[in-house]
Amino acid sequence: MQIRPILSALRKHRLSTILIALEIALACAVLCNACFIISQRITAMQIVSGVDEAALASVQLTGYDSAQAADVDARALAALRAVPGVESVSLLNSIPFGSRRGTAGISTDAAGQHFGGVIEFYVGGPGSLQTLGTKVIAGRAPQTDDFHAFTSFMPDEGSVQITQALAEHLWPGADPLGKEFWMLKSHYRVVGVLKNLVRPDPTGWTPEQRQWSVFLPAQPGPYLTGSYLLRANSGDLPRVLRDALAAVAKAVPEVVIDRENSHALTDLRRDVFKNDRAMAGMLVGVITAMLLVTALGIVGLASFWVAQRRRQIGIRRAIGATRGDILRYFQTENFLIVSFGIVLGMLLAFALNLLLMTHYELPRLPLYYLPIGALVLWGLGQLAVLGPALRAAAVPPVVATRSV
Amino acid sequence: MNATEQLKMFAYYLDLALRSLRRNRALTMLMVLAIALGIGASMTTLTVLHVLSGDPLPGKSAQLYYPQVDPQDIKGMYPSKEPPDQLTLIDGLNLLHAARADHQALMTGGSVPLQPEQSSLDPFYVEARYTTADFFSMFDAPFLYGHGWTEADGEAKAREVVIAKSLNDKLFAGANSVGRTLRMAGTSFRVVGVLDSWQPNPHFYDLNTGSYAYGEQVFLPLQTMLELRLDRGGSTDCWGNGGGGVGSILPSDDCVWLQFWVQLDSPAKAAAYKEFLAHYSQDQKALGRFQRAPNVRLRSVMQWLDYQMVVPDDVRLQNGLAFGFLLVCLVNTVGLMLAKFMRRAAELGVRRALGASRRALFAQLLIESGVVGLVGGIGGLLLAMFGLWLVRQRPSDYAALAHLDLSMLFTTFVLAVCATLLAGLLPAWRACQIAPALQLKSN
Repeated sequence: MQIRPILSALRKHRLSTILIALEIALACAVLCNACFIISQRITAMQIVSGVDEAALASVQLTGYDSAQAADVDARALAALRAVPGVESVSLLNSIPFGSRRGTAGISTDAAGQHFGGVIEFYVGGPGSLQTLGTKVIAGRAPQTDDFHAFTSFMPDEGSVQITQALAEHLWPGADPLGKEFWMLKSHYRVVGVLKNLVRPDPTGWTPEQRQWSVFLPAQPGPYLTGSYLLRANSGDLPRVLRDALAAVAKAVPEVVIDRENSHALTDLRRDVFKNDRAMAGMLVGVITAMLLVTALGIVGLASFWVAQRRRQIGIRRAIGATRGDILRYFQTENFLIVSFGIVLGMLLAFALNLLLMTHYELPRLPLYYLPIGALVLWGLGQLAVLGPALRAAAVPPVVATRSV
Repeated sequence: MNATEQLKMFAYYLDLALRSLRRNRALTMLMVLAIALGIGASMTTLTVLHVLSGDPLPGKSAQLYYPQVDPQDIKGMYPSKEPPDQLTLIDGLNLLHAARADHQALMTGGSVPLQPEQSSLDPFYVEARYTTADFFSMFDAPFLYGHGWTEADGEAKAREVVIAKSLNDKLFAGANSVGRTLRMAGTSFRVVGVLDSWQPNPHFYDLNTGSYAYGEQVFLPLQTMLELRLDRGGSTDCWGNGGGGVGSILPSDDCVWLQFWVQLDSPAKAAAYKEFLAHYSQDQKALGRFQRAPNVRLRSVMQWLDYQMVVPDDVRLQNGLAFGFLLVCLVNTVGLMLAKFMRRAAELGVRRALGASRRALFAQLLIESGVVGLVGGIGGLLLAMFGLWLVRQRPSDYAALAHLDLSMLFTTFVLAVCATLLAGLLPAWRACQIAPALQLKSN
């Protein structure tokens, strides 16, 4: 197929050609960036929690005085442990994807000069790390004498397990075991490293910060009360949770069950990412509509060109061109125009990405999005032009002899 | 030409436009569809943006200001040039008692357990606002029954409560409940007022509660809350030796956790108040309480919302993308329009040869694109309504607010017609360049 005659024909329709190319370019820019944002959201939604979500549920109690904490916890725990199917129950102040009670800033020196970031303290009673199912990959798990009683917001002192992401952030490249950090006057020593332990509210943080968590062992007390983590067989969990809530309501009738936050962890997780899911859905909608409009635009213009060139097509057919020649002519023409658009579109895509990076927390567009976007648009162009091109190929040679 | 003739010509062009549009139905439909999709998508997101960045108290917000002072210590774990977003209790009370503004209110939020007298209702938590007396008059909160408590009652730690209409409906079946008793957190409170439906969006006076679609159900005097140590919500930021603020312990004086709003009726008063804040900081520094040089802000409601960036990033991003989509649709329409106008080159040539001026042809073609814009606008409006319905099905806290108002309805049509006219300019101009004689020959 000769490209030169197509180019000279396009030069006759300079304005229309530029318009289609421009449309393709804009579509390419929006497509690449929208797909990138979608993939970012999906990655965020697939975050590894580091806990056995499917087997866990949270039960939250409020509405009682801290003086009653010991009594309420004793009755609630007894009731929960008696529910058939419950494998274990422990107290944990914050719940992954659920209630958040331990967010605080830390420093890596006693004077508070070296700010270490804002992290999540999972203050947990005996057995809670096992209930979570979090893997300790270095150092040790909490021992019985690590669980201290405490009387304020958080224990002042403790041997803690931190996630490897946080360790790498605080002491890059170094062995975190034995290292210390401070929160105001409170002092903690690292004795173990956790593979992963997600924050309760991962969406509010950058991808790196989403795993900045610490497990701090403590004895239940006035500041560690009413927040339970339940473990059961994952298939049986909905039934177990239902029974558990009923059992608690019976055992401690004077307290308020916070039903909004008492759910299976998989449900809490779905809720945390609902906005990301909605955003991804909306973007898919916009992309679909945009590709549809672009395709229809190509169909419209190509049909117009075919109608306009009926006579020329007839002449070409009369002097020996096959149907295939005509079909390929229009296909090549479309390929050329879309290619112009894609070249311009790649530049636009990068410009748009730079703009988004300055206004939103979005990383740089990975290069491989560009060829994928190009392939999609080439495919779309070929698909859109096929109908008009087939119609052109069907023009009989006899048209050449008629005057229109 | 006089006005009647112009009108006649307009009617004639309109007739021509409709005939021409009918002739190429498929192409016309394509154009209308492209405009409708573009307008529908951009109006949906624009309406959401419009609703979310709206003025929570139209007519009043310009006189309301949010004073900020900087009581932090020198080293500060959070290096920041801006003063904290809230006040310490001591600064709040100092500024409140100084009473330098036309109105002022110190407040914080929380939730309290409510024990209904009706045994049919289980105890439940209600969202509470603990505030000083000026809150209601300053924010124009409408009363259905009764009124707010007085400043003297507030200072006297009165057990008085103002309740929201929804709670009044739930507990008292909507009857006038002024004088009735409400048991909350083990204490009896006397209802002194019932608010009519009132929910400023965004929830500007305390953004810690979530910015949209949040409303308190009970309003209690701040001083009463301080005495009873009722549950607080929201955020507490501490520095230095700051701490506390858990359960019944109030945060220390090195923690900020209160919001303070003032009403200043003129810009001169606002300037004077800012001056006062600087003096106050200077005095506190002289006393040794403040360590930093005076660092004060006095933002109006809209400036405060802007500074706090209440409109979610996602919403702005969606809006940007939707307008990108509209641009694609418009370029598409320009292309189709061009094809359509050029196809009629012969007809236009005849009209030129018969004496129609370029201007007349141009006007005729533009009217044609205007008609496409109008029809596309109607389609876009329907799509936008559908889009907003979809938005309302979403789980965001602002979802329920996404409704088309009159101004957005008007904007839709103006945007649609203007955009299409703009898209029609280039093709119309191009079509008018046709030499009359050339087109009369057979091609």
